[in-house]
Amino acid sequence: MTEPLSRDDVAHVAKLARLRLTEDELVRYTEQLGKILVHAQDLSSLDLHGVAPTAHPFGLVNVVRSDEVRASLDPAPVLAQAPDVEDGRFAVPRIVGEAP
Amino acid sequence: MTLPNGWEMVVGLEVHTELKTKTKLFCGCANEFGSAPNSQVCPICLGLPGSMPVLNERAVELAMAIGFALNCTIQDSTFHRKNYFYPDMPKDYQVSQYDLPINARGYLDLPDGSRVSIERAHMEEDTGKTTHLGTSGRIHGADRSLVDYNRSGVPLVEIVSGPDIRNPQQARDYVAELRSILVAIGASDGRMEEGSLRVDANVSVHKPDTPFGTRCEIKNLNSLRSLTRAIEYEALRQIDVLEDGGSIRQETRHWDEDRGETSTLRVKEEAEDYRYFREPDLVDLAPDQAWKDRVLAGLPKLPARRRQDLEALLTNPTDAQRDGVTTVVDLNLDIYVEGVAQAQGDVALAVARAANELAANIEKLANLSVENFVATVAMEQSGQLSATQAKNVLSELLDQGGDPVSVAKAKGFEQLSTDSLSATVGELIVANPEEWQRFKDGDDKLAQFFIGLVMKATKGQANGKAVIAELQSRR
Repeated sequence: MTEPLSRDDVAHVAKLARLRLTEDELVRYTEQLGKILVHAQDLSSLDLHGVAPTAHPFGLVNVVRSDEVRASLDPAPVLAQAPDVEDGRFAVPRIVGEAP
Repeated sequence: MTLPNGWEMVVGLEVHTELKTKTKLFCGCANEFGSAPNSQVCPICLGLPGSMPVLNERAVELAMAIGFALNCTIQDSTFHRKNYFYPDMPKDYQVSQYDLPINARGYLDLPDGSRVSIERAHMEEDTGKTTHLGTSGRIHGADRSLVDYNRSGVPLVEIVSGPDIRNPQQARDYVAELRSILVAIGASDGRMEEGSLRVDANVSVHKPDTPFGTRCEIKNLNSLRSLTRAIEYEALRQIDVLEDGGSIRQETRHWDEDRGETSTLRVKEEAEDYRYFREPDLVDLAPDQAWKDRVLAGLPKLPARRRQDLEALLTNPTDAQRDGVTTVVDLNLDIYVEGVAQAQGDVALAVARAANELAANIEKLANLSVENFVATVAMEQSGQLSATQAKNVLSELLDQGGDPVSVAKAKGFEQLSTDSLSATVGELIVANPEEWQRFKDGDDKLAQFFIGLVMKATKGQANGKAVIAELQSRR
């Protein structure tokens, strides 16, 4: 059986998740994540013909709230969590490029 | 516009509209523009651990209304997380709809008769607002950025057209018509400058009957003018590259309104980079028929139909009158024109006054009742007021309120009696014998000369048609 995922797959996903992994970690996670994927693949051996996909354990739909304003947080303690603040806004390092 | 050497542009538009709800999409923070920074945030829209989003019912109904207005199929839908790292989203993901949007496959018919397909119109949350600080004032070269999360979580609907648009004017018409619909159904305030309506354009070029070219996505189109300029620039840029033997790479480009050009913002790599997965904190949306029917029943008459109904009141409308009708509908002035029609008045005159005098004073409309507008138009139509006087009366009514008869009287716009007009014309004929003789000999242009003299003598109180009638009777 071919490997469920490669070291490079893990490196790519780590990069997308902004995780800095050592070479040792890459090797270890490739093995561990591979086991999880193999486990998930066991489900493919079941005959699920005619079974609707489930994305949620509850059979609920249309959970909504009415469009009524509720109190927001006081900005002062919110901003106090940030490393840097300017003019009531969160100050962040220089951004290269625009949002997706 | 025509592109050189037989090239054809292919354009698809993505329009984001903020929904006019009281609160955000998943929490009860106010959806209000212009408040103090970070004053409308809570654990949910800040993505704090343990917080749980709950969908805004009104936002769902407005999204469905958009679907109905765009002839879409309203279907069962799901929410996904779109994962990316950028400080405009404190959660590091945006909740959006991915493979199952609430509205699928519709179309929008434009006034020129063309039809643009709609691929989908899905719900998602808006991001926070970033301000880039730095000497240049542009993103490139900024040394830091400031973030306000008041907008983060505000409900949006993204309307994605098919690649059916073939020129900048059609793109403009599409956005104008869409904006008019969104405003009419109460989904949006339609303000492009404030960012409540935002447009991205996917532009490519090809030769007809060949496959589409590689497209570039243009961002930062903040007005209809930017939209048409940017599309034209981008198509010509791509043609230049291709004719020089180069190739277009798929990328996102930024429109610079001042410089009138687009530049590379980032190159598209892999769509999988966003690692979409189902949002586990939200359940599916599956509106039943009764809910859909309620939304449909609440949908007002759409702009295209309203224009049609107003144009039906005009006999052989001119292009200028059609433009006037478009303005009347866009600014929701229909009731004034309809009032004149119901009173058997001059509809063409009503359209002209509404599309000009009323349109220019839209914020003062509360001072002008439909009845008083109808009465003013009737006074102009009957000749009691000249065109100049009627505009003057409307202006006064819009400023101060009141009724047109009293306003006209107070301004001294009394109708000249027939005797008085006749006497004035008689005096002017005596004073200008040469011109009178030429008029009598058949030079009709001299009528304008006499009208001018009469207007001067009566300080604009005479009615042009009445003067001509008087002149003709003496000819």
